[in-house]
Amino acid sequence: MPLIQIRNLSKAYQRGGQRIAVLSALSLDVEEGEFVGLMGPSGSGKSTLLNLIAGIDKPDAGTLQVGGIDITQLGETDLAHWRGAHIGFIFQFYNLMPVLTALENVELPLMLTHLSRRERRERAEFTLELVGLADRMTHQPAELSGGQQQRVAIARALISDPTLIVADEPTGDLDRVSGGEILDLMARLNQELNKTIVMVTHDPKAAERAHTLRHLEKGVLTDELENSA
Amino acid sequence: MLLKLILKNALRHKLRTGLTLTGIVVAILAFGLLQTVVHAWYAGSEGTSSTRLITRNAISLVFSMPLSYQAKIRALPSVNGVAIANWFGGVYVTEKNFFPQFAVQAENYFPLYPEFVVNEAEMKSFLHDRKGALVGRKLAEQYGWKIGDVVPIRGTIWPGTWEFVVRGIYHGIDKKTDEHQFFFHWEYLNETAKLRYPRRANLAGIFIVGLSDASRAAEVSNAIDATFKNSLAETLTETEKAFQLSFVAQTETILIAVQAVSYVVLLIIMAVMANTMAMTVRERLPEYATLKALGFSPGFITALIFGESIALAIIGATIGIALTFPVAQAFGSAMGTLFPIFFVAPQTVMMQAGAALLMGLIAAAVPAWRAATMNIVKGLRSIA
Repeated sequence: MPLIQIRNLSKAYQRGGQRIAVLSALSLDVEEGEFVGLMGPSGSGKSTLLNLIAGIDKPDAGTLQVGGIDITQLGETDLAHWRGAHIGFIFQFYNLMPVLTALENVELPLMLTHLSRRERRERAEFTLELVGLADRMTHQPAELSGGQQQRVAIARALISDPTLIVADEPTGDLDRVSGGEILDLMARLNQELNKTIVMVTHDPKAAERAHTLRHLEKGVLTDELENSA
Repeated sequence: MLLKLILKNALRHKLRTGLTLTGIVVAILAFGLLQTVVHAWYAGSEGTSSTRLITRNAISLVFSMPLSYQAKIRALPSVNGVAIANWFGGVYVTEKNFFPQFAVQAENYFPLYPEFVVNEAEMKSFLHDRKGALVGRKLAEQYGWKIGDVVPIRGTIWPGTWEFVVRGIYHGIDKKTDEHQFFFHWEYLNETAKLRYPRRANLAGIFIVGLSDASRAAEVSNAIDATFKNSLAETLTETEKAFQLSFVAQTETILIAVQAVSYVVLLIIMAVMANTMAMTVRERLPEYATLKALGFSPGFITALIFGESIALAIIGATIGIALTFPVAQAFGSAMGTLFPIFFVAPQTVMMQAGAALLMGLIAAAVPAWRAATMNIVKGLRSIA
């Protein structure tokens, strides 16, 4: 069974009294260890699909199973627990807590676990070393470059050893060099740690790193491409 | 880390936090000061004893009573002492030097007031000097009087200049005791009155009645008033507290206004604080959305916001309460004898702390609810 199994997923928004269908009876499978890129024009529904997979939004119809759990059936509290245990988020604008240091930001998701303060700290330090920021642990986000902030965000996504990492335009706010470094890091997570990644991107360079590319047009998946790059 | 996040968030916008804190400090200080003023107004009644009754002319305090009443009251059951006191109402140097002066029957009066503490030698000296005066410690300090000083007082009810010699300085047994009073011998007043104003001699302004059993106050009051019913000077007897409160009642409207202002000050700062918290939460919606996306519960978000609001309220209240003491002391000194008993009562501090806590809770309620129930996707979108 695939890690992510989506069947007939639909989602619509109300805007100005008008119902706008964003996803229409969409079905998709993502295998464990896969690196999937979602592409498509603005408004095609790729971010909505990512939000639904991550459990931060609810579909109108259809089923969405991640690791055998139909998350559309979970209540708010269970869904929050599920996200904390199974999902790692990488956002376009990093979404770090500006008042916390890099180390504290990475440690943050572990507050939802029963780990001791010392264990949390050790694990956060190890993860920051893994993303190459051992010398920036006490720095606050404002003292870091965009690329460094995104590395901190990746470390935060990784620290709770999630089943799935979702990335929404992870290089969208970075220059070419920093973006390349972030993509290298994500590729390492996928290859070395066998992390399943679903990434939304507009960037063809970023899309090249995915194993599989899926295109969305007006809420419908149009094709599937195996990436040979 | 929750506490760290709360404190760091609270101090994030230093100017905004500083201004909000200043507002809280001023509000808590003003509230404490106004409550202290109200407390001071009632201080006279709070310092009273349940074992003392006051008998006065039923028509008005302006009218006196015959001296013969004293023996008749003394003979009633449960009465263990009766003393005469007359309001003197004099002026020391200028009209602005106001303080209460009483002509009292010293041998009977002071045993009824154990809260006035005088050393034995000074009391003896006072009792032996017909023109002697016993003054409160704060009054003596205010005018720099020492034992042996001659104090001239110009009478307004009893015209002429009266000279008294300070023979003793009393201390209050606790903070509730008025140390701004000036006592001298009723006998001196009465003897002088016999010579200067014979028609006003041998009359008592009020009788202070000591009780052996406080629970019989109502019964004794009725007995006293019944004794003099249908006489030329009918009496009205009430507890010392009721007597003092009758003076407060004359200015009750002012007190209600002061109380209202003190609560309005709190309401205003509560609105300011609620606005601050609303702005703060609105700015941080993406952060709260991120936390929720990471798996933190709405309860955690609520705790963050309430924690920040309460932290601000506690810091502001602590500074405000700490400042209340020196400011109240300076205010009390500036007011002189207008507020003879002026101190920050423990219940005022508790009210200040409670008000600050309530402000913190109310200011955070709506923003916390908004953040806790926010849609994560909408919250994340508001980042751009």
